[in-house]
Order: sequence, then structure tokens, then C-alpha cells
Amino acid sequence: MKFRYLMTAFLGASCFASAAMAATLEDVKSKGYVQCGVSQGLPGFSNPDDAGDWQGIDVDVCRAVAAAIFGDADKVKYTPLSAKERFTALQSGEVDLLSRNTTWTATRDTALGLDFTGVNYYDGQGFLVRRSLGIKSALELNGAAVCTNTGTTTELNVADYFRANDMEYEVVAFEKADEVVAAYDAGRCDVYTTDQSALYANRLKMENADEHVVLPEIISKEPLGPVVRQGDDQWADIVAWSLHAMVNAEELGVSSANIADMRKSTNPAIRRLLGIEGTFGENLGVSNMWADHIVSQVGNYGESFDRNVGKDSPLEITRGLNALWSNGGIMYAPPIR
Amino acid sequence: MFFQALVLGSFGLFVWFIVDNTITNLEKQNIASGFDFMSTTAGFGIVQSLIDYSEEASYGRAFLVALLNTLLVSALGIFFATIIGFLIGIARLSPNWLLSRLAAVYIETFRNIPLLLQILFWYIAVLSNLPGPRNSLMLWGDAGALNSRGLYLPAPVPQDGAGFVVAALLVAVAIIFGLRHWARRRQLETGQQFPLFRVGCGILISLPLVVLLLTGIPYTAEIPELRGFNYRGGIRLIPELMALVIALAIYTAAFIAEIVRAGIQSVSWGQSEAAMALGLRPGVTLRLIIIPQAMRVIIPPLTSQYLNLTKNSSLAAAMAYPELTSVFAGTVLNQTGQAIEVLGITMAVYLSISLLTSLAMNWYNARNALVER
Repeated sequence: MKFRYLMTAFLGASCFASAAMAATLEDVKSKGYVQCGVSQGLPGFSNPDDAGDWQGIDVDVCRAVAAAIFGDADKVKYTPLSAKERFTALQSGEVDLLSRNTTWTATRDTALGLDFTGVNYYDGQGFLVRRSLGIKSALELNGAAVCTNTGTTTELNVADYFRANDMEYEVVAFEKADEVVAAYDAGRCDVYTTDQSALYANRLKMENADEHVVLPEIISKEPLGPVVRQGDDQWADIVAWSLHAMVNAEELGVSSANIADMRKSTNPAIRRLLGIEGTFGENLGVSNMWADHIVSQVGNYGESFDRNVGKDSPLEITRGLNALWSNGGIMYAPPIR
Repeated sequence: MFFQALVLGSFGLFVWFIVDNTITNLEKQNIASGFDFMSTTAGFGIVQSLIDYSEEASYGRAFLVALLNTLLVSALGIFFATIIGFLIGIARLSPNWLLSRLAAVYIETFRNIPLLLQILFWYIAVLSNLPGPRNSLMLWGDAGALNSRGLYLPAPVPQDGAGFVVAALLVAVAIIFGLRHWARRRQLETGQQFPLFRVGCGILISLPLVVLLLTGIPYTAEIPELRGFNYRGGIRLIPELMALVIALAIYTAAFIAEIVRAGIQSVSWGQSEAAMALGLRPGVTLRLIIIPQAMRVIIPPLTSQYLNLTKNSSLAAAMAYPELTSVFAGTVLNQTGQAIEVLGITMAVYLSISLLTSLAMNWYNARNALVER
């Protein structure tokens, strides 16, 4: 009797074990929403607004994926994750997609069982110091106390930078971004270091934002992008092409404002993007209207950038590297054909 | 018997199934596994290390640094919590009304506020609000400094002849042990008592002091000085360590005080009366009659408090103290992505520390337990 129960338990458990590896798309469709891992509040990237709705350039990736699958960008549930928790949450299936200002590195792409599907923001690590210190360059930081986040590329880059320039430093590493900002603001550290975009964003949280200045040096390459579990190629494709669709839409001049007119366009590239010609959506496993839904509900990449981090936001970050390749940046998407 | 074997067998199968399932799934998901990562380069800095550590060191070295930091904070916490706890516990029983009420207020305040809040209070509300390095509070002239980056104290640097002072200290300790042996035997044989405590203290202080003066004080002080952004040189206590030790000691002391009070009260009043009837003075009564009997009641719950304190030190992850949970189960876990191995090691370490503490205290308890004659 006992043995039979045990066998049942075994069979049940082994079915469960293999079920965890099933296609993410089926999973997402059956539960009716995308579970998206975001930050615990980084203005411009993923941050809840006054009404409690998540906003930001990383959130727009989640929304684009939901628009592609369900035709409704609001079918997303968000899981705020610390830098330390994020990969485990994705590996264990707690989230379907991680879109949390995460740097694409070799280790993360290979040894963690994860796949990066593109870059939605080209960033680099910088330093924030008090204006009153009168420092003009990061090379003057010998002996400084540096506040940063645990479990980030930042923590490693700052070690490399000080080592390469033969300078002493003291690293004070906190788990949550807010704790880092508070500790720096309270005077525990001379320097706050993280990706430059986040420095601008977090500077807004400080008591007196004007007292702090971002140093000109950028000490690392930080391509930030969405991440999925390795081994589910269809899901990786959907996430990758949702982002490509936003960039392609900007390049073709299709925006949420003019999409109604654009549906009547005779330009074959626009007709393919909006699903009027070809079966690109079906090939992905979603509706042919996928990119139409993304652009009309989330907007193209340029709109998302301007609204969240660019000229229409409090951050006012210039496009820089994130401009389209045709405008002097390196934002480039493969064509839809 | 048959059913016991069956249960044991199925438990073994179950464990095997869990392990096998984990390994298979990790391989399926292409997540690296195994312990090879321990010897690869860590590449990150750690703010406080008791042993040599640099960014070039391995993850294994970083693990050791973090482990020692955990042990340091636990040892300091246990030391101060015991002293404060015993003092407050005895004060709680004082016939002085004000003293016993103050002790009661202390106990009820600190044991009823969550520890995490107390840690954050000391760290954020107290230590973070100290002035910056340029406006430090100077201690003893300019010899020490206290600022938001920590407490800086002069460090003694041994010169030629410092060995003699250390030797004198060891000799003093040896003499005291010899004296104790002799005094006990004399008391057993003749009944005469020897003022061991006072004489012992005298030897412990005077002998090294005399040698120190004879050798011309063979130490120089390394005084911390402000260079660039921060003070350098001397001994430094980082604010994270101070906040953690203060919070852990004060919180745990409140529990220890109650344990001490319970222990003393468990010795029946008749014991004191009997001692008085025999003409023993109050100090002797406390030392020879009350405390030895109270210790039997105190030690087992005291052990639990020591274990709690060690485990509570992992709350340091809420601020930036680089102990095991924050460095190893934090940074290392994230840089390597090997959650199962890293968390497994971390849990095993806490378990080992706790079991060792437990073992030591059980040994002490056995020594102090009631010996029936």
C-alpha cells in the first residue's frame, strides 16, 4: 500500500519536473499574462507612478511582449527584484522574462542558463560625487569610499578601474538600490557608482540634487537588455522581435500617433511590419498584427525613450549611443522580411 | 522492524530522487554546477577583512574573509551581551528601587523592539549622522577620530623589546594558575583562605607594567591622519561593524538579563539563610552558594541566546557589513549564479558554528551540573 503511494508520488513529481521545462509561450497564454521581473524602482527604467502603474523603458519591453501575444499591453504582472534576486527568479520560473536594467555579459549568458535577447539601452558605468569636493575626474578618486550594489557588474568594474589605475578605494556594497542612495546621501561614501543612466535617475531622489555632479568618465560597457531562460527558442524569439519591432517602427517612421495612416502606406517594409503583407507574426507563434499592437499601444523605440528617460522625462538623457544607427547611434534592428 | 526499514528505505530513495532531479534539471537548463567556482578569481572588493584579501583573490578566499567577519561580529556581540546582560540581570534584583526599575525598563524596551529595526536605528539614525571626515570628532587631542566613516584609533606598533612585555604577561598568567592550585590545597588542608582574586589582579597588572617601564615602553603609536578623502593608518572600526555589535549586544543582553534573574531567583531563600546562619559574609554567600547553583539554571538558555546572536548576525545583510550572508550568499551567489551550492555552503557553515557553540556550552554545563554525593 505504502509503496503504491510512493510510486504515485514519484510519477507525479517527475511529471512536474519535466513540465517546468515546457514552452513558456503556452504557459503564458494559459495563465493570461506575462510575469515580468523589473527593478525595485529605478525612475525611467522601471518605477511605479503615482497611480501605482509601472512605467519605464524596461517596463515597455514587458508591455510590448504582452501586446504581441495578447494584443493587450496591460496583460503584464510585475515582480520587483533586487540585483541579487533577479537571476534566481528567472531560472526558477518565477518570472517569464527579466527586463531589469541588466548588463549582458559572457558569464550571465552562458553559465547561468540564461539568454539575452537584445539591447534596449546602451549604458556605461559612471561616478557621482558631491560638487563641494571640487573633483573633475575619476582619476582624482584615490582613497575614496565608494557605495554600490551587491551582485552587479558595477561592483566588479569599480574594482577593475581602481586596480588598473593603481588607486586605493573602499567599497561599501548594499543589496537595494535605495539603500545605496541613502548611504551615499548620508555621507557614508564619497562616491556613488552605477550605470550612468541610473546615476541621473537616482540623483533626483537625493535631498539636494544640484549638490551632486556626474563625472565625465565612463569606465565600462553596459549593454542592458531583456533576459529569458535558455532552451526555449520560441520564447526568446518573441521577446527579441518585440524589441526589434519597436526599433524598426522608429526607423520606418511609424509611431503610435500616425499608425492609422501608416496602415494605408504602400511602403512594403511598413506593410510587412504592420502585418498587412506576410505571415511574420504567425511564424513567431503570435498574431500577424503583433507589431501593430506593439506600436499602437506601447509606441516605437524613440517614443518609449523620450517618454521615459529622454527629453519628455525629468531625466532628460540625450539619445547618444541609443540613437538609431542612421542618426549617429548604434541602435540597429534586423529587418522584418 | 520491517516497516522501519521501509520508511528508512523510502526516505533514502526520496533524497536520492531530489538530488538526481536537481542535477538533471540543472544540466537541462545549462546552469553550471559543482564547486569549481571556489578557486576562480573573485574580482570584487570587500570593505573589511581580517586576513589579506585583494580583488585578485579567489571566491574561496572571499568566503574565508566573510566567515571571519561573521565570527568577529558574533564573538564581540557575545562578549558585550554577556557583560551587559549579567549587570542588568543583577541590577534587576537590586534592593535599590530606582536601579531595579531602570533595569526593568531596559529589558522591556530592548527585547520588545525587532532587532532589524534596532540595527537600522543605530546605523541610519545614529552613526550615519556623525560628521564627515573633514569635521571629525577628535578624541584625546588628535590621537583618534570619530566620523561617518567609522571610529579611528591609534594602533600600537611593537618595537625591539616588545617581546619581553608579552612574555611577562604570560609569566603572570602562569604564576596565577600556580597560586590558585597552591591556595586550594592549603584551604583543603588547613581551612585557611587566600585572597586569590586581589593578589591575582595585582600580579596580572604590575608584572607586565614593570617590564614595560624597564624596557622603556617599546611601542610607538600609529596615529590615524586625514589623507585625501579619509583617515588612514591606525585601527579602524567601520560603522557597519559598530552598529551591528551595539544592536546585537543590547538586544541579546535584555534576554540574558532575564535569564540571569531567573537563575538567581531559582536558588531558594533557605540557601541564603543557611549561609547566614553559618556566618558567611554576603559576598562569599553570593560567590560560593548562590552563583554556582544559579549557573545550572542559567547556562542552557544562555546557550540558546548565544546561538541566536550568531544567527542574527546575518541581519547585517540589511546594511553593508561584509559577513557571510551579504558577501557569500549575496555577491558570490550573484556573480557565479550557483545558488544551490552557495546557499548549501552558507547553511552548512551556520549549522557548524551553532553546533560548535552548543558543544562548548554543553561541556561547560556538564561541568557545572549538580554533582550528587
